[in-house]
Amino acid sequence: MATSAAPRVLEERGLGATLRRDAWWLAPAAVAIGLLAFGFYATWAAWVGDHYEWGPYLSPFYSPLFEPGWWPLSPAFLILWAPLGFRVTCYYYRKAYYRAFFLDPVACAVGEPRHDYHGERKLFVFQNLHRFFMYLAVVFIFILGWDAIVSFIWPVCSDAVRAVSVPGACGVLPSGELAEGPRTFGIGVGSLVLTINVILLAGFTFGCHALRHAVGGSIDCFSCAKFGRQRYRLWRGVTVLNKRHMFWAWISLFWVGFADLYVRLVAMGVISDLRLL
Amino acid sequence: MAKRVFRLFRGQGNTGQLVDYELECDEGMVVLDAVHRIQAEQAPDLACRWNCKAGKCGSCSAEINGKPRLMCMTRLSDYPPDRPITITPMKAFPLIKDLVTDVSWNYEVNRRLPEFKPRPPDFPDGSWRMYQYEVERAQEFRKCIECFLCQDVCHVLRTHRKHDEFIGPAFLTRAAAYETHPLDTNDRATYLKEQGGIGYCNITKCCTEVCPESIAITDNAIIPLKERVVDRHYDPLRAIVRLLKG
Amino acid sequence: MIEVQRHEHDVIVIGAGGAGLRAAIEASLQGCRVALICKSLLGKAHTVMAEGGAAAALGNVFPEDNWKVHFRDTMRGGKMHNNWRMAMIHAQEAPDRIRELEAWGALFDRTADGRINQRPFGGHTYSRLAHVGDRTGLEMIRVLQDKAVHCGVDVFMECTVIKLAVVDGKVCGALGYWRESGRFVLFRAHAVVLATGGIGKAWAITSNSWEYTGDGHALAYDAGAELIDMEFVQFHPTGMVWPPSVRGILVTEGVRGEGGVLLNNQGRRFMFDYMPEMYRGDFAETEEEADAWVTGDRKKNRRPPELLTRDVVSKAIVAEVKAGRGSPHGGVFLDIASKRDPEYIKKKLPSMYHQFKELAGVDITKEPMEVGPTVHYVMGGVKVDPETQAATVPGLFAAGEVAGGMHGANRLGGNSLSDLLVFGRRAGLGAAEYAKRQGRLPEIPQNLVNETVEWALAPFERSGGENPYQVQEDLRRTMQENCGIVRDQAGLEQALADLAKLKERAMRTGITGSREYNPGWHTCLDLHSQLTVAEMVVRSCMERKESRGAHTRFDYPDSDPNWERKEVVVRRDGDRMEVKVVPQPEIPEELMTIIKEGA
Repeated sequence: MATSAAPRVLEERGLGATLRRDAWWLAPAAVAIGLLAFGFYATWAAWVGDHYEWGPYLSPFYSPLFEPGWWPLSPAFLILWAPLGFRVTCYYYRKAYYRAFFLDPVACAVGEPRHDYHGERKLFVFQNLHRFFMYLAVVFIFILGWDAIVSFIWPVCSDAVRAVSVPGACGVLPSGELAEGPRTFGIGVGSLVLTINVILLAGFTFGCHALRHAVGGSIDCFSCAKFGRQRYRLWRGVTVLNKRHMFWAWISLFWVGFADLYVRLVAMGVISDLRLL
Repeated sequence: MAKRVFRLFRGQGNTGQLVDYELECDEGMVVLDAVHRIQAEQAPDLACRWNCKAGKCGSCSAEINGKPRLMCMTRLSDYPPDRPITITPMKAFPLIKDLVTDVSWNYEVNRRLPEFKPRPPDFPDGSWRMYQYEVERAQEFRKCIECFLCQDVCHVLRTHRKHDEFIGPAFLTRAAAYETHPLDTNDRATYLKEQGGIGYCNITKCCTEVCPESIAITDNAIIPLKERVVDRHYDPLRAIVRLLKG
Repeated sequence: MIEVQRHEHDVIVIGAGGAGLRAAIEASLQGCRVALICKSLLGKAHTVMAEGGAAAALGNVFPEDNWKVHFRDTMRGGKMHNNWRMAMIHAQEAPDRIRELEAWGALFDRTADGRINQRPFGGHTYSRLAHVGDRTGLEMIRVLQDKAVHCGVDVFMECTVIKLAVVDGKVCGALGYWRESGRFVLFRAHAVVLATGGIGKAWAITSNSWEYTGDGHALAYDAGAELIDMEFVQFHPTGMVWPPSVRGILVTEGVRGEGGVLLNNQGRRFMFDYMPEMYRGDFAETEEEADAWVTGDRKKNRRPPELLTRDVVSKAIVAEVKAGRGSPHGGVFLDIASKRDPEYIKKKLPSMYHQFKELAGVDITKEPMEVGPTVHYVMGGVKVDPETQAATVPGLFAAGEVAGGMHGANRLGGNSLSDLLVFGRRAGLGAAEYAKRQGRLPEIPQNLVNETVEWALAPFERSGGENPYQVQEDLRRTMQENCGIVRDQAGLEQALADLAKLKERAMRTGITGSREYNPGWHTCLDLHSQLTVAEMVVRSCMERKESRGAHTRFDYPDSDPNWERKEVVVRRDGDRMEVKVVPQPEIPEELMTIIKEGA
């Protein structure tokens, strides 16, 4: 049955063979460009190991910040594997890169290069570890949430502080460190950037398929399970986010890159952070 | 309305070609109407399957301009009038004739799927209590009309021909309907991994894209099943818990 | 010699809709070897299109509901013409059959306290229809299909039966052909259950698919069985009317059950003007009361008149259109958009929303639908024993739409799905018990097979003959014009004359191409069944010189007391169609009391 030969006109021989007339290549091409662009930027930004802190801001690529003496490389590499692993094993990203990079398939009802196909049974069986990355990703949301909170805490802008600060950024020394002295609530553009960052990342993380399973998806009969009603509500909540997991995946990816870029450019002095309050 | 050209696959077994038919078309016509008109006026032996003509039975599955679709739910007005509409049979199954393919494999797969097994009734009259909020998840999967378009588009079957090792999105959806049924007591995790070949699915979502019933096959059926398989076979923490619990 | 594949079973079931599946399951549970034969793929039968629900007096929504009320509604809806015993069995056993489906995996919509929810429907006193949104039939067929294959029933798909074998006065097999290969196959069995559904494809505007060619009616007729009530063909009041290609496709009664109203082009809810005497007092008399029933208290207010029985609503629509108050495309308006909010409509009527959006470009949450009557169901069929569903020829059983008697002169919505379950089971049980009493399978004489095969292959010898599609089209036109909702003697005579000509043309149909999956050839063979049932309907209509339920005569507009409890019986007498009128069995006193005074 499986091997029966199809008439020649119906066969999809090789990559891209199809009767489809729409621009099926557009979506995988856009995904490839998007992921590559982010990949290059993120690798470089993590590699340089500099300009990731300014004032109360810490680039999400470097948070939580560990700087042990024995580590020869950028501190980003000590932690980035976790969010990277979360995204690599994410059910949405799997679809995106299987299509865009592995061409397996490049688009629906479009021919692909013939090869020995094993799906996620052999090499890709590690994808089943997604839930463990999800546990870490949830921890990261709290860490990045803390970073966002910290970004609202500034030195009280006394004359003495102003005197030692960078012009236009009262409380931040030219080294990028915060001035000594009492603290107060303040808002810079960077505070908003980091806050939005953690919100978007939370939208992505809390819509995770593995989390959806953990909070309630594994239950068949909610009305018979312990805390069934509560777990059903949690499951509903995750489901709402999960419906637009792709949206959250892209917007949070873009924003986390942007957040790093913002902190970096401010730290490099290319742009200056605007204090709103 | 104007004349249109339909480019139909005509053939049997492993031979065939695309044949053009020119046809007068009326307002509101769907592709299946055009095929019927060709049958009645030009090619009485043209083979196609159909029943309800309202998107409820899932018989008239075919590929229209290369996309798996139900012919009865595809309106001609969605296509430019000056270009031919190509209609070909599903590719994941052996061809019988023209637009008809041998889909019997699907019925074999369904028969092997571990069946629904309810817990004992809650009441002496043989009834149970279930609530709307908890049946809705499985009700989505029960919308499946067995058109097999998801099977057709799935590259595991369509391109890699894993019919012997993979049950396809349609029956993963069926399995999900049983698995998430509030009354069901059967456990299909091992079946899905070993015989069902769920690991072959690389969640590229073509099944979801073509489903005429808009079932979120990948997100709501397959991925939750994959997570259940992980629970049983790939989660070391759970394995330890199971070991300790005996 | 023509090669014929052979199979042996205890029981064969022809047709794999709800009734066929339920019969096959039951016979199999009784320990019989069962073959289930269907023209389409398994699970595509007409049952999947049933939308509204299955009527059963579960009493989940209204505890005061019970079999007596259901029985009374069924008899009154059927204009007292029903086989009382069938109506009684149906009302009594339906709840168990529904609960059984749940045990086999069906997921019905739920009430707030976790039971099977029930929706109101035309002609039912209480909310009674167990349902799953508007795809109840799909749920039912899927559950039965899975149960049947796991019971070990042998399923033969895409196989059309063209002849029943009768040896020594007993039905003992069926000859058919595989649609795929065009080869012939002979099934031998002790008992044959017909579950082939209806005959709607003989009309131009119908909600029925190509399969509804009345094969079972014709097979039974050819085998010498009696058929009854063939004049009662139900026109569903709400079929789509626009665009032309979807004309006739069903719009579920559920739309009205959920609050949809019928309007003419002046915006009037005309159903208030068509209240029959029999139901006066049971229905709302003002729009306010009807609306209050829909949205609020169902105990204090009475049902809206849109929920009158199907025959009444259909005739009202025809009258409105005739009086020039119809919609632009010759129907009337069905409006739910002004009665329910969009979310509710999408949730309760998802496939209706989908159907209008996709096929007509109409958003039913914003605009009214255009609807008109469409041939939907035949109440008449094979005369059966109410207990066992045995036909008048030994070895033959019938269940579902192909069987007659249960629904009388008009079927209530929702009573079909429960009919399939109740009498599908009884037919399976009856056939199994009958089969167990038989000895060896009788031999089927070769000449019987050869004759039929020759007849079936004849169209290939006549290439250049009549186009079978054209003959079918002409048949459907004459039935629509001359044997539609309202009939008269002249029209029926015209129809009969047309049928005679069509029969001759059908003998001359020719076909090109091979035997493999050749729909033109299949149509040639279907014509035999279609013409046979069309003639049965026309002759029965001529016989019944009164109007009752779904049978309306322009020349005899009233119900005639002399015709009460009398049925028209059709039977083959050589090459002639014999039509006679016989009295129905007397309704027992205590049941009459229930019908008259309420339960």
